[in-house]
Formats: sequence, structure tokens, C-alpha cells
Amino acid sequence: MTARRASLMVTCLGDLFFPEVGIAIVRLLRRLGVAVDVPADQTCCGLPLFNSGYHADAAAVARRTVALFKDADHVVVPSGSCAWMVKHEYPGLLADTALAREAGELAARTHELSQFLVRVLGVTEFTSAVSGRVTYHDSCHLLRGLHESQSPRTLLSRLKGAELVPLPGADECCGFGGSFAVRLPEVSAQILAKKLANVESTGAGCLVACDAGCLMQMAGGLTRKKSRVRALHLAELLDGGP
Amino acid sequence: MSDAELATPFRQRAGGAIKDTFLQEALTIATTKFIGLRRDAFASFPEGEALRDQARAIKEATLQELDRHLETLIGNVERLGGHVHYAATHAEARSIIVDIARRTGARMAVKSKSMATEEIHLNEALEAAGITPVETDLGEYIIQLAHERPSHIIAPAIHKTKGQVAELFSRELKRHAPPDPEALTRIARGELREKFLQADLGITGANFAVADTGTVVLVTNEGNGRMVTSLPRVHVAVMGVEKVVPSFTDLMVFLAILAKSATGQKLSVYTSMVQGPRRGGELEGPEEFHLVLLDGGRIAQIGGPLREALSCLRCGACLNVCPVYRQIGGHAYGYTYPGPIGILLTAMLEGTPAVKDLAHASSLCGACVEACPVRIDIPRMLIDLRREVDEKRIAPWPERVAFKLLATLLQRPRLYRFAARAGRALQRPFAREGRISRLPLFFGEWTRTRDLPPVASRTFQECWASEKDLAT
Repeated sequence: MTARRASLMVTCLGDLFFPEVGIAIVRLLRRLGVAVDVPADQTCCGLPLFNSGYHADAAAVARRTVALFKDADHVVVPSGSCAWMVKHEYPGLLADTALAREAGELAARTHELSQFLVRVLGVTEFTSAVSGRVTYHDSCHLLRGLHESQSPRTLLSRLKGAELVPLPGADECCGFGGSFAVRLPEVSAQILAKKLANVESTGAGCLVACDAGCLMQMAGGLTRKKSRVRALHLAELLDGGP
Repeated sequence: MSDAELATPFRQRAGGAIKDTFLQEALTIATTKFIGLRRDAFASFPEGEALRDQARAIKEATLQELDRHLETLIGNVERLGGHVHYAATHAEARSIIVDIARRTGARMAVKSKSMATEEIHLNEALEAAGITPVETDLGEYIIQLAHERPSHIIAPAIHKTKGQVAELFSRELKRHAPPDPEALTRIARGELREKFLQADLGITGANFAVADTGTVVLVTNEGNGRMVTSLPRVHVAVMGVEKVVPSFTDLMVFLAILAKSATGQKLSVYTSMVQGPRRGGELEGPEEFHLVLLDGGRIAQIGGPLREALSCLRCGACLNVCPVYRQIGGHAYGYTYPGPIGILLTAMLEGTPAVKDLAHASSLCGACVEACPVRIDIPRMLIDLRREVDEKRIAPWPERVAFKLLATLLQRPRLYRFAARAGRALQRPFAREGRISRLPLFFGEWTRTRDLPPVASRTFQECWASEKDLAT
């Protein structure tokens, strides 16, 4: 194990809507002997601004984030899309500014949670917080942005007490897409309906993802249709005790 | 799409498509089939990945010196006895072709499938000049009978079920047509055979043109392309200037990946090489051959933000995998080229204001980049278009104000915390059992079809601040 210290970038959705995910991450990292800190005054990585084309504003938000995390050894992010924003877009957004070097360094030190556990800490054995069948949805930014399909599956397939079953069309978008979900709600909802039909066809009681955006979309669809399937963040599953 | 139809907001056009059950059935079946075929084709072709990179590199290098390659192409086509025309605009392209038709006394033109001729709205121009255009690709034939436009780059009638095609044939051709693809194809074949023999003019697009040899290359599956290029007295090929490739060696790289990306075939059934008109001693081929090189907005993008889109091979792979295209089909986009690449091409050909809504018709999932044989970064360019729409103030003002407010909020943590508290207070009448099922105003766009989680009673950062050691 190489990392003894990690800073949590909780993300706006994680902070406001899913505090239990951040709490689970703090608990499980501490259990692994990692000292966790949470730099104060976090807001958002700026991805919503960036994706909608408001790049000057996104750069201003990026400058804040880079300053907040400048002393972190490792930055752990519970969402693939936010991790992608920091790793993939911050260096470009801040390229010609005084923070160019810091942005590049932050990009290198930032990890999506499953990648941090598997690729940095090298830990893959966890006990599940839920029992029975679980299935995994690939979030687009983690899969095609950060090219990561294995780390979450490694963790889930070795998870004590749960059985990972494959999700048909796991790599297809859930229809969230940030502001897309409200700009074209009819299209977004139909993409979601197909995703949830696939989820229910697996017989799993729990749908796992590594992105708060996808979880907001899929959980919202599942409760609306009164499905017995629960949508959970990977961290919540891994937090089943030592 | 007509101006009147385009006046309907994109969201409404998309919503209409989603309610069309025939369209939904047709789209699901066809795109799912295409996705599987493409995946299998590349799975059994390990050199495919390297060839994709090579194809992209060739496109990039060719664009660097496009003028030189076009000059070589023009020189070689003329050496073979062909005529080359340059059309800066769609209108110029139309009038060049109509003039050729008039001068040669053509009354009927047979066409093989070509998106470039769709782009310039050639059929309408021919009809206005008293020349009957006849589409001979089966899909194009179907939509011409239905007075529609293609809804997919390679499968123009993808939006129709076989039952709908049978009804269309029965009605328009006044004969019994069963909903059986083979029988329907036989009927079309019979109808078209006569047209090939009658037509004076053959019009095609071009998948590639090889500069070194002056060869126009057509990739087809039905054999109609060969009839169109060999039976009529005059052959006109229309191509975007970016379709030129330097040599046959380069061409082979593209042919190795094009059909696999489009239909999952190793090669298409026909790969036709056309080299000028019939020469002395040859038994077949047209008396005249014309190549129309179309700019229409392409040249300006060689140094522009949409440059990458000039590498597009028109295979349609990005349409098949796009979650938005798969729900709404091609017509809802409203322009000649649908799907993710279509948004970029529309911006290129019609200007950015035309895509102010379409630029947002993507969840930015990236499936298109993965499927694209030349790895065009479509989401990146969609984001750049959104930026342009914002910077040029084409985006509606309420949206711009909302994003400015968001930007302010995200830079001021106290304001951010205040907003969280305000949200918590405002949501109180709407939150039930840990979720929100109905919200007023703009927020209803989310809750009409999905629940929303309420702002937590304590945000993560509030929990962290009050008990830093969150019980382990």
C-alpha cells in the first residue's frame, strides 16, 4: 500500500444529495489505514459549465479547485465524470494561466474511487453491505473518458456476500448527460427506460454505479416505477465492514 | 425538412418521433443489428485498430495539402477524358448538373445513393428543369416513392418497417406487394430495370476519389451503382472536396475499415472504380464523364473548429450507437445529415445558428468516438459548438443568465451553502418518503418522468465539519 493520505473531492451531487456516499468513502479508506481529509469550501468541479459551453466560467471554478487541493497527495473522487473533468479538461482550461503546472499535477494525482482502490492501493477484498445479486452500469465518462471498465468489476466480483451478474448493454448511456436530462427530457427518459428494462432483466436487487449523475438518473427512474431494484454507489456496497 | 417543419422546435420534433411506434420498432431492430454486425466484424479483425489510426492519419495529411491533391485529381480525370467542375456553393453545384443535363438533352436521370446530392437538393432542381430523377438504391427508391428524405446516412429507409414498405409499394405501384423483403426487392428490381435502360443521365456520389489515378470509387451493395455508371450516355459524379485520397495504397486502408464500420461486411458487395468516359475500343461506359467537386462550406473548416469532421467516411456507425439517434431517428434532426456527425456537418454547411438546439442533442456519452472508424472526437466539437452558441449570444438569454448564476454560486462557497439551505426549505412541500416526485416550473422537466433526491438534511460537508471523525 503506497498511499497514506488522501483528500476527498466530494463533488456537488455527492455533497448535496448523497452525503452517505462520502461518509462511506471516509469510513472505508480509514479502515484501510488511509488518513482522509476534506478540504473545506468545496463546491463543484465545473463540469456542468464546461459541457454546456461556458468555458470561461468553468476555468474560474477550476482555478478554485486546483487551489483547494494543491497540498493533497492523492485526490479521490466518487464520480467518473468529475474525475474526468479534473484529469482531462483542467490542464487544457488552465493551460495559459499561472496555474498550468498545478493543474497538470492535480490531474496526475486525481483518481476515481474504484481506480484509487484497485490501481493505487491495490486493495480488492471487501465485504458487501448488501447481499444477493448486484449488477454494474458503466458510466460513460469512467468507461470511455478514463478507459476504466475493470476496477469496479474487480471489486464487485470479489465482494464477499454479493454476486455480480452482467448487465446487458452495461456500456450504454443511462440518458443523464447533465443538462441534457432537462433540455430533452423525453429523449432522456426513453433512454433511461431501456436501461432500466435491462437492469430488471438481470434479476439483481442492486444496481451499482460509480457516478452520482448516473445514480441520480437511474435511482430516480427506479423509484418512480416502484422497482424493487435499489441503485447504490460502489462505495456504499464496499462499506460492509472489515 | 421544409422550413415550416424546421420551425417546430427540435425538442418537439424529437418528442413526436418517440411517440411514433412504427419508427421505434424499426429503429430498435435496425440499429441493434448494425451494432452487433460492426462489433463482430472488428472482433475478428485484429489489425483493425491500427488501420483506423492509419486512416485518420491519411485524412489529416491529405487535408494539409488538399489543394495539391485536388490538382492532381483534376489533372488525371481530365487526362482520362473527363470533365471536372468546381462548385463553391450548393446552388452552383445544382446549376452545373442541370446544365449538363440540359446540354445533353437528358429527360431522365438514374441515381445511385449519394448524400452529396441530398445535401445540394439535386432532385428538386432536376424536377424543376423537367428532368425526372429516379433513385435506384432500394432504400432511396422507397423514400422517393414516399416523398421523404433519408433518415440515415447509409440506410435511408431505416425508419420504415417492411409492413410499411409493402403498403407503400401497393399504393404507389398499384400492385400487390407482400410484407416480405425478398418479394419487395424483386418488385423494385423489375420497376427499376426499365429506368436504367431509358435514362440518359447517371448520377452518383463518390466514396473516394484517388488523386494519383483519377479514379472515382463507389462502395455499394446492390449493383445499381454499376448500372448507373455504365448504361446512360452521361455520368456525373458529385463529391465533397474532402473525399480525395492520394493513392490506391491509401484507398486500401479505407476500404478495409469502411464496410466493417457501416454494415459489418468485410467489403461491400461492389467496389466500383470509375475512370473517365468510355475510350476507343471499349464496349461499355458513358460517352461523357463529369466530376463535380463540392465545397459548400468544407474548405473554410480546413483551418476551422470543425476540421476533424472533414475526415468523416459517411459510414453511419456513430448514428447506430448514439442513444439519441436510436430514440428519435434521422428526420427529427431536420437536416440532410442526421446523428452525432450530422450535427457537426450541419454546422459546417448551414452555420452555427442552425445547430443551437442540435448541439445539445447529445448526452456526450462518447459512444460515437468509439465507433467512428477514424475516431472523430464528436463530443469535443459539440462542446465547442455549445461554447460558440454561448459566446455569440445565440443561446436564449434565460439559459445564459441561469448558467452565470450557477457560475457565481460555484465560486462562492458561502453562497453555495446558502443555496443548499434555501433548496432544503423550498423542497419541503414536495419531498415525500425521501424523494421528490413533482416540482413546479423548469424543475418539472426532471420530475415528470423521474424522481429527484431531495437536498440532504445535512450535506456531506456539514457532516464532516461537525464530526470530523465520522464514526468508523
